[in-house]
Amino acid sequence: MRHGKYRFIIGFLAVPVALYAVLVISPFIQDFQISLTDWSGLTPEKHYIGLDNYQKIIHNNLFWKALWHNVLMLLIVPLVTLALGLFFAFMLNVGGRRKGSASVAGVRGAGFYKIVYFFPQVLSVTVIAVLWEQIYNPDPDNGLLNNLLGDVGLTSLQQSWLGDPSIALACIMAVMVWSNVGFYVVLFSAGMASIPGEIYEAALLDGAGRFVTFFRVTLPLLRDTVATGWVYMGIIAMDGFALVQLMSVNNGGPNESTDVVPLLLYKTAFRDNSQYGMAAAIGVAMLIVTLLFAVLTLRLSRRERIEF
Amino acid sequence: MGSEINRRDAIKRAVAIGVVAVPSASLLSACASSGGGSDKPKSEPTGAKSATNPLGVKKGTPLEAFIFKGGFGDAYVKAAETVYNSEYGIKVKHTGTQGLGPKLQPRFASNTPPDVMDNSGADNLDTAALAKENKLQDLTALLDAPTIDDPSKKVRDVLIAGTVEQGQFGTSAMYAFNYAFTVYGGWYSNKLFQDKGWEYPQTFDQALALGAKAKKENISLFTYPGKYPYYVHFDLLAQIGKVGGKDVLNAIDDLEDGAWQVDAVKQVIGYYEEVAAKKYFMPGSEGMTHIQMQTAWTKGKAAIVADGSWVENEAAPTMPKDFDLAVGALVGSGASDKLPFGTVYAAAGEPYIVAANGKNPVGGMELLRIMISKKETDNFTNTTKSLTCITGASEGLTLTPGLASASKALTAASANVLNSRLQDWYVKLNQETLGNLTLQLLTGKIDAKKWIEGAQKAADATKNDSSVPKFKHV
Repeated sequence: MRHGKYRFIIGFLAVPVALYAVLVISPFIQDFQISLTDWSGLTPEKHYIGLDNYQKIIHNNLFWKALWHNVLMLLIVPLVTLALGLFFAFMLNVGGRRKGSASVAGVRGAGFYKIVYFFPQVLSVTVIAVLWEQIYNPDPDNGLLNNLLGDVGLTSLQQSWLGDPSIALACIMAVMVWSNVGFYVVLFSAGMASIPGEIYEAALLDGAGRFVTFFRVTLPLLRDTVATGWVYMGIIAMDGFALVQLMSVNNGGPNESTDVVPLLLYKTAFRDNSQYGMAAAIGVAMLIVTLLFAVLTLRLSRRERIEF
Repeated sequence: MGSEINRRDAIKRAVAIGVVAVPSASLLSACASSGGGSDKPKSEPTGAKSATNPLGVKKGTPLEAFIFKGGFGDAYVKAAETVYNSEYGIKVKHTGTQGLGPKLQPRFASNTPPDVMDNSGADNLDTAALAKENKLQDLTALLDAPTIDDPSKKVRDVLIAGTVEQGQFGTSAMYAFNYAFTVYGGWYSNKLFQDKGWEYPQTFDQALALGAKAKKENISLFTYPGKYPYYVHFDLLAQIGKVGGKDVLNAIDDLEDGAWQVDAVKQVIGYYEEVAAKKYFMPGSEGMTHIQMQTAWTKGKAAIVADGSWVENEAAPTMPKDFDLAVGALVGSGASDKLPFGTVYAAAGEPYIVAANGKNPVGGMELLRIMISKKETDNFTNTTKSLTCITGASEGLTLTPGLASASKALTAASANVLNSRLQDWYVKLNQETLGNLTLQLLTGKIDAKKWIEGAQKAADATKNDSSVPKFKHV
């Protein structure tokens, strides 16, 4: 009996694990292997050079600068995105005026807003990048943002946006938030819908307002969903490649103020004399940082679950 | 617990299976990095050489072309392929793309590259690195082959001076055949200049005076695309050559010690610092793409832009019909310059490469030979509004205003044509490192002294970086 059960379970696990090993684990191992070589990516030959690539990375200022930008994104983008997502989801589901017998209701037009928030999610990253490149166009007539600012008389606030090293990274982070917030509105809405109405009713009877309801009832009960969202967002922030590559001036500029590690990896592999070995080493460094982040997040958010 | 399997055990077992599976998996995927086949060129399928087939293409051998589909499109190559098809009884396998590098890198790594490629665009392959790895066909045989229109002339004899050098990477072998010929300079609307009664400046002082005049009319003297700051270098580098002579420019290309710390550089960079300080660059330029910048320029918000002759085609959608596009020669210090006014920066571009170990390298070269026939060059110039690397190929054609102006500037310059190799030999140095410095110089964040210091430091760093292949003028 016992043996049969194991065989049954192993039979089911073998295929997915093998697939995982071939498609996920083996590239990691191979990446590490390549990172120990001076491979150019253009020929079959490569020579092992030990940890030279890693040594070069450690002494490369640009790598640390790029990593810092990733860390900044990691700290700011998930926080802002999730906070906005929670806020919008709360308003759409719980925050409205109660009507009739319903204990909770969203603001008027909630259904419409839900769809609108989700729009960016359907657009490809490239479309989003090109769209925002036009919005950020510094031209006072052709650039949407500067044009709007001009129309309301705030010409002093007109910026060169992506061309200004002090705000370029923030501009790109804003786009990341904009393009992801809709997904979390939907995710959190689903989470909130599964919270029983009785809990809200009880809170109501105790005289809780919107503010208290949110922080004492909704947020604690959504903890798991938020933690998952946090890991997802963190991984998106650790990447940031596509938007930075498409939008930033001078490939991570101005003056390297928006460079991120994946972009550095890309440039090292595909442009700067085709240094595949070095790029692979950067990839390994990325892997370590991402793993650290995921482990930390899951550790910190581990808590007892409330069943309902 | 009894017969219950807990989660931890299940995971342990799953990992054990994974460990078993990994070695075989890495065997499976090993082909991703270690391609089959040797590095040596395969035996080339060649046919009998004849007067009409001087390179000896074997009929019926397949040919694959990978063409950059950018500002020029790829229809002009398809036209030449039609000729090839009927001549050699096959159908050329054609791919038009904007991302050659990522698509072709694995194919080069596994020794199965396409035969002929137009290696252009932002995501191109590193031609220099490929040349160094002996992956590219030396095109000398093509240079020595007779042309289609006049068999008494070799291909080498009909190319505009500088084309062969442009395709060399430190040796006498020519690896890249640069098909288009680009004239760089200050592009402006002749109509705007005539309406305002302006003259194109010849010296830095004249340019600054024009800047003051333009500013009164709410027009900026210059603009540039901050997203691609190396556009500014089209003028800037060549101006160093105009002021200090070709040797100064070559020393910079050769990464010589102290090459940036010479008087010519100081004069030119000092001029840019002054233009920036007087705010003659269009505000916001530092955050613009080339299209956004060109749109503002065609609307008359800025007078002059450093650009290449492709701008006529690229800016066509927003360019008014009566814009009357023209190009001005390099602006310098004046009479003390080593080269006179009228000196231009012009270079062959759109590098075609032929893979050394492709299936049909001879066919790849033959396609290029077809492309430089009068019929195909006329087609290219007419459809893309650009010049080719063939001497006098634009004669007899009705040229658009910008192209006519470029052609005239090139003729007027005669031997005074400059070409900075920094932009194709040391891409990162030119585009990114110097580009960053230039952006800061143009936005007034650093002065000329800082720029020159930074440029010298960056050049020295490139020189000492063993991973960067080095080139020298021959």
